[in-house]
Amino acid sequence: MENTENMENMENSENVERKENSVALELRGICKYFGNVKANEGVDLVVKKGEILSLLGENGSGKTTLMNIISGIYFPDEGQIFIDGKEVVIRSPMEAFQYRIGMIHQHFKLIDVFTAAQNIVLGIKDGSRFRMKDVNQKVRDIADKYGFIIDPKKKIYDMSVSEKQTVEIVKVLYRGADILILDEPTAVLTPQETQKLFAVLRRMRDDGKAIIIITHKLHEVLSVSDRVSVLRKGKYVGSIETKDANESILTEMMVGKKVELNIQRDDPVNPEDRLIVENLDCMNREGVKVLSGVSFTARSGEILGIAGIAGSGQRELLEAIAGLQKVNNGSIRYMDPESGEEVDLRSKTPVQIRDLGVRLSFVPEDRLGMGLVGSMDLVDNVMLRSYSKGKSPFLDRKNPGALANDIVTNLEVVTPGVHTPIRKLSGGNVQKVLVGREIASLPKVMMAAYPVRGLDINSSYLIYNLLNEQKRNGSAVIFVGEDLDVLIELCDRILVLGSGKVTGIVDGRTAKKEELGLLMTKTVGIYEENQKAQASEESNE
Amino acid sequence: MNNEEVKKLHEPLFHIEKRGGVSKKKAWGIRGIGILVAVVIVSILAAIMLQADPFTFFGKMFEGAFGTTNRIWNMLRDTAILLGFALAIVPAFRMRFWNLGANGQVLMGAFACTVCMFYLYGKIPLGVLVPLMVISSVAAGMLWAAIPAVFKAFFNTNESLFTLMMNYIAESLVTFTITVWVPNGSGSLPPIIPGGLKLFDNAYILPILIIALLTVGMFFYLRISKQGYELTVVGESENTARYIGINVKKVIIRTLAISGAICGLVGFLLSGCMSGTINPQIHSGYGFTAIIVTWLAQFNPLVMAGVAFLVIFVNRGMKSGIKPAFGLTTEAFANIVTGIIFFCVLAFEFFIVYKFKYRSDVEEKMNAFKAKFKKKSAAKVATEATSDGVVASESASEAAEKANGAGDAENGENAAEKATEEVNKEEE
Repeated sequence: MENTENMENMENSENVERKENSVALELRGICKYFGNVKANEGVDLVVKKGEILSLLGENGSGKTTLMNIISGIYFPDEGQIFIDGKEVVIRSPMEAFQYRIGMIHQHFKLIDVFTAAQNIVLGIKDGSRFRMKDVNQKVRDIADKYGFIIDPKKKIYDMSVSEKQTVEIVKVLYRGADILILDEPTAVLTPQETQKLFAVLRRMRDDGKAIIIITHKLHEVLSVSDRVSVLRKGKYVGSIETKDANESILTEMMVGKKVELNIQRDDPVNPEDRLIVENLDCMNREGVKVLSGVSFTARSGEILGIAGIAGSGQRELLEAIAGLQKVNNGSIRYMDPESGEEVDLRSKTPVQIRDLGVRLSFVPEDRLGMGLVGSMDLVDNVMLRSYSKGKSPFLDRKNPGALANDIVTNLEVVTPGVHTPIRKLSGGNVQKVLVGREIASLPKVMMAAYPVRGLDINSSYLIYNLLNEQKRNGSAVIFVGEDLDVLIELCDRILVLGSGKVTGIVDGRTAKKEELGLLMTKTVGIYEENQKAQASEESNE
Repeated sequence: MNNEEVKKLHEPLFHIEKRGGVSKKKAWGIRGIGILVAVVIVSILAAIMLQADPFTFFGKMFEGAFGTTNRIWNMLRDTAILLGFALAIVPAFRMRFWNLGANGQVLMGAFACTVCMFYLYGKIPLGVLVPLMVISSVAAGMLWAAIPAVFKAFFNTNESLFTLMMNYIAESLVTFTITVWVPNGSGSLPPIIPGGLKLFDNAYILPILIIALLTVGMFFYLRISKQGYELTVVGESENTARYIGINVKKVIIRTLAISGAICGLVGFLLSGCMSGTINPQIHSGYGFTAIIVTWLAQFNPLVMAGVAFLVIFVNRGMKSGIKPAFGLTTEAFANIVTGIIFFCVLAFEFFIVYKFKYRSDVEEKMNAFKAKFKKKSAAKVATEATSDGVVASESASEAAEKANGAGDAENGENAAEKATEEVNKEEE
């Protein structure tokens, strides 16, 4: 006893620090089962005050379930939760707020037609008289304290994604949250916006808040957090101080084995022009211009990356090429490698494109909403592309069945069988089936939109390898990605879209992340053009 | 404080949890419990309201449904007709096109058939008239369904409202025409072909045969035909359909044409085969009952046959069994019973997906009780059908049912509403 006291005296300076960094939240032996699925199994977790903790784990490792338990959405089957050293029971999100726990969800929960301040105070019942002026002032105070930039009177629909996220964070701070949970906050941000967010998080940490951040991106984990806790298959693997960690250590903890993290990039072999897009203009269904004067060439044996903030026209561009989006102006031409002839693809339907003998594959962003049918089994999904072949009014399930089996074996799809509804598969396995089907038609042009979104590391690298394989086979691969590090490692050239315009095409081997970030936010947007067009229309009237 | 104590103190008494997956056997076991619960509640009601003991009550019900050869034939024919309605709407529902207009489409089929009979019966040989009746019925039903389909495909109008409204137009059209044909103001058209069309001198066999063939046909259409595949894709995700190059507009219109054509055929069966005449309520509101049938059967035509049989059994059991036996003058009691049975059946679908998870100490007590009960019943050698071990005692399942009422209120209410609506529409 005396001994310890002595030691404590000796380490007095450290002791003060430790006191400051007392435990804010502790979980012990948390278990949560869904039927036979063990989402969490004996998870222990500690977050200290004034600390940023990264929660790392592959998809389906139980991170979100665990956070939902902390924020009162689920009730744990077993285990204890301690806040400030006292055991608590959190039965609802309201109770979580009482314990000063605030969660910032990946998908924003804001009302579009309300202002920032109105969204922030929504649902608060503190019994005091409600004055909007005071609210605005309090919001400004919070913003000043942590360095947010927020206009309390701005309507949500006028905001960019990062502004909306700011509102979400201020919302929980306004309620006095001391423990903040952020679920993949950087997924929708540009590198510059991410840096700003991290600066704010660091300031909150210095103010003594406990912050848990969930993210997939290892370099972000390393740059922002103080400590990392890792989950694997619902179980707690361990924690590590960030200063002792690096990417390969973290990956090994997550996956349970060593993973090669280098993406291979061969030099293109005999690149030929395969797809030529010139001056493409498109409007969306609301009549707003989403693509303006887009020109580029995709070459065989090459991966062309497309970078840009979400919603800069990536989807429309790929859909225009695939024949799903109306083209207002410009041309899309395909050079047939066998006959050497030029085929006009503009304003053709997908069936017409197929009938022209153009081997075009498309892995859309919305896997279950567009690429596949969730309630159908693997066989039926594999035959989506080919079911109409032949004159018989009845379906042939024999060949698609064989193909489905091939995909399952070759791409290591984890599924109870080929007759399981695809909705029941995990994200990575769903994507393997989709990519497998699209590759099966031996495409000459292969387009993939965010093919690794939400996938674990193993599956992501498998997809990169498949794209590289297509490149080696002489396909022109177009890859829309969001992780700039991956784009720079994988692609031969990178096209950057900024509000529907090409703001630059750079060489993937020499590109810098900051350079891409600047191009992404370059404001030569369509917005001004639309304004101009409107103004001239008005003056004409 | 250890973990267990904390749980006892704070964990709610029970919470609802999704099942990991249920075997078919267990699912049917749960449905069986649903029916059992319905039987218990109905018995109690019958005892209170009619002073009847359960055995007499259900005995009369069976007698009403199966008591005579004629009644059995009636059962089968009514089942066939209801199944016909369900077969008609199933491709549309599979495509997530909520066709609530089966009543109107059937009525238009019957109307076209009656027009042929009214103007041509006796004037041209039956060998020409009958094909003409069939063709015009099918065409009329098809047209009536295709109108909302076209609007849906090209202008994305709400199909539920549209098809529902078309019902009223059809009914009024028939009412109006009858007043023109029958100027005496009675509003009813006497049979044009007395006793309807017969096959092998049997008035029942034709509808049963046609619907049986249709059932098998529809089963394979949905399961192995390209068109069936296409409409499923359109129903699940229009975006996917566009992505793989399915012409969505064409599929919507084609599917509804098929739906309407079957309705038209059912109209022909009702007016040409069975009654030889028409009235605005000739559809008996089966177009709505058929919705329950298709949903309960999860769009499987073969299962639909079984469900339709159950529905008709309750209907006819009440109408020709209970009503005369207890001297009831209104349909009220029949409606109550039908409502309760459907409520229970639909409510227990909830337990196929979810289950209650009780607090650990409560669960222990329940297990102990279960074990005790099992011993007792083993000693007694109870002949009562055991309930597949899902819930051991009837009282437990009843309690669960009550609790479930809250959780699944919407479903149950809908069922009760639909069931009552359907019985209300029942004429005769």
